[in-house]
Amino acid sequence: MNSAGYGSGAAPKNSMIIAELRGVSKRFGEVCAASDLNLSIGEGEFLSFLGPSGCGKTTALRMLAGFETPTEGDVLLDGEVVNNLDAHVRPVNMVFQHYALFPHMTVAQNIGYGLRQIRPRIPKAAIAEKVGKALATVRLVGLEDRRIWELSGGQQQRVALARAIVNEPKLLLLDEPMAALDRKLRKEMQIELQNLQRQLGITFVLVTHDQEEALSMSDRICIMRDGKIIQIGSPQELYDRPRNRYVAGFVGTSNFFDGKVTGASQDLTSVLLQNGAEVTGRAMAEVSVGQEICISVRPEQIRLCRDGEGESVVVLNRIFLGEHTEYLVMHETLGEFLVLSPRQSELNDGPFNTGDALSAAWDVSAALVLDRN
Amino acid sequence: MTHGTRNLLLLAPAGTWFLVMLLLPLTVVLIFSFGERGTSGGYAPAFVLDQYANLPARWTAFKNTLTLAPIGTLASLVIAYPLAYYLAVKVDPKWKTTLLVLVIVPFWTSILIRSYAWIFLLGGRGLPALLDWVGIEDVRLINTPFSVLVGIIYGYLPLMVFPIFVSLDRLDKRLLEASSDLGAKPWRTFLQVTLPLSVPGVATGCMLVFILLMGEFLIPALLGGGKVFFVGNALVDLFLQSRNWAYGSAVAVALVVVMLITVTIYMRFINRLGVNREDVSMV
Repeated sequence: MNSAGYGSGAAPKNSMIIAELRGVSKRFGEVCAASDLNLSIGEGEFLSFLGPSGCGKTTALRMLAGFETPTEGDVLLDGEVVNNLDAHVRPVNMVFQHYALFPHMTVAQNIGYGLRQIRPRIPKAAIAEKVGKALATVRLVGLEDRRIWELSGGQQQRVALARAIVNEPKLLLLDEPMAALDRKLRKEMQIELQNLQRQLGITFVLVTHDQEEALSMSDRICIMRDGKIIQIGSPQELYDRPRNRYVAGFVGTSNFFDGKVTGASQDLTSVLLQNGAEVTGRAMAEVSVGQEICISVRPEQIRLCRDGEGESVVVLNRIFLGEHTEYLVMHETLGEFLVLSPRQSELNDGPFNTGDALSAAWDVSAALVLDRN
Repeated sequence: MTHGTRNLLLLAPAGTWFLVMLLLPLTVVLIFSFGERGTSGGYAPAFVLDQYANLPARWTAFKNTLTLAPIGTLASLVIAYPLAYYLAVKVDPKWKTTLLVLVIVPFWTSILIRSYAWIFLLGGRGLPALLDWVGIEDVRLINTPFSVLVGIIYGYLPLMVFPIFVSLDRLDKRLLEASSDLGAKPWRTFLQVTLPLSVPGVATGCMLVFILLMGEFLIPALLGGGKVFFVGNALVDLFLQSRNWAYGSAVAVALVVVMLITVTIYMRFINRLGVNREDVSMV
């Protein structure tokens, strides 16, 4: 494995480590929900766990919160092992998936709940002041005496957020906080959440299955599958240097061509694809001759033109997306693949229509040789 | 068919039933209570307040009912809540149904037979004999307020367990996690989240048991042995033994009035707690 490539992602850059998972596994009976998780979370960082449902991301979050105890390994907060520390003593707060707001309390009572648990007691006036500040932060001033069911989904989410941040936690955990919101509101909340995180400087740990959400908000993303961490890195690292086909497919879209390694030099790897075509690409990990791999080429890294160098393709379908146009093209040996063409190239070369014969080309560096798993 | 007519039709069976089976007999009882005892028993038309003036003669029955019914309700609540909590929150889900069925198994046998069993258990050859054997002598349990209380709690416990179980079972367990996450110790989570959100179940259970206890007569008759008697026993006595229907009706009306007053006060109290059904249906 090329450790310089993606091993570096497991630790945050330039910041104090605030939380850590060391070889953490969690089994529920026969089911292994998380296995051998290793991860450091830096102070003030925005980290996301990304993966499909059942990949162990929520289990990882719940172990940080203190709702689950790891079967093996250690959970550390501020350098101390907290495996057996109950949730109510950890300096960590969570925004629950369906908010879990207390239905028998008003908005203000919900937000002040954490402050009221502190012993010795905080004076009522101080609690009211902090609650007022939190309400202002999430822009809910004036709604303090409302009951929870009188609020919209977006407002409920803000209350959940305020209820967590009012305690000034070291770590704010967010369990799919936007899942219940409609698309437009979700976009707004994403931006707001990011601003909030910068403003407060609290470390955010987000769990999501929405790659767009993870890419747009996070400093680092931890991609998970089947209870394991597949790759950790900045959104850009994951996009440009995916460790395997799973990551390349999960972060953005890509074209994959299965093949076998026929020769590996220092930087370039030659590959014989299943359909007989020979291509050259850049290996993301050490490969050996004969290894079954796949080639990944991002749609936007393929250039289309009428008469130029490249492979001959025929346009099967065209979807106009405004600044880009998405083409599904057919190649004799490679088969079908996607091309994302910038508006400018269409303006230069005239619109490409269904049935047009074109040339498609990409740089060798754009063809990534990836593990098939 | 308009919306209004359809609603009217749908309500007709229940409405008719209430009118004929509930309001009509109540009216009859009310009219009887102002009458007189017939010469050979029963009812003789009149309009006098004699029967009501006579009520203090039955004070003991009212006193017993008004002390043992609340105590019985409270004791049932104290015993039922932990059981309901265990069934709803703690028990392994695969055993839940079995244990719930076990709670209602006693209902499969008549209360009469089960109360007879208690007569034996609390009687001279039952528990007192056992206590005697370990050295605690001369304990009398049967025909005391205690034995009536035991019978009451035994008979009505399931009616208390079920409403509380339902409200606790429907409680969103994530609320408990949220409370813990916000720094509340387990017992504070119970006091601040679990308990307030189970108030509707507690209110329903208490109401159910209390109202039924106010009209109870079988258990005091069997386990009180004529020494500890309820208003219900007085009514049986007046209607069936001394056949004084007018006086019996006055006692019955008085019982209804007392019940209305207590239930109204109780409802006020519950509403003041600020938790109504709506709150829990939101969970």
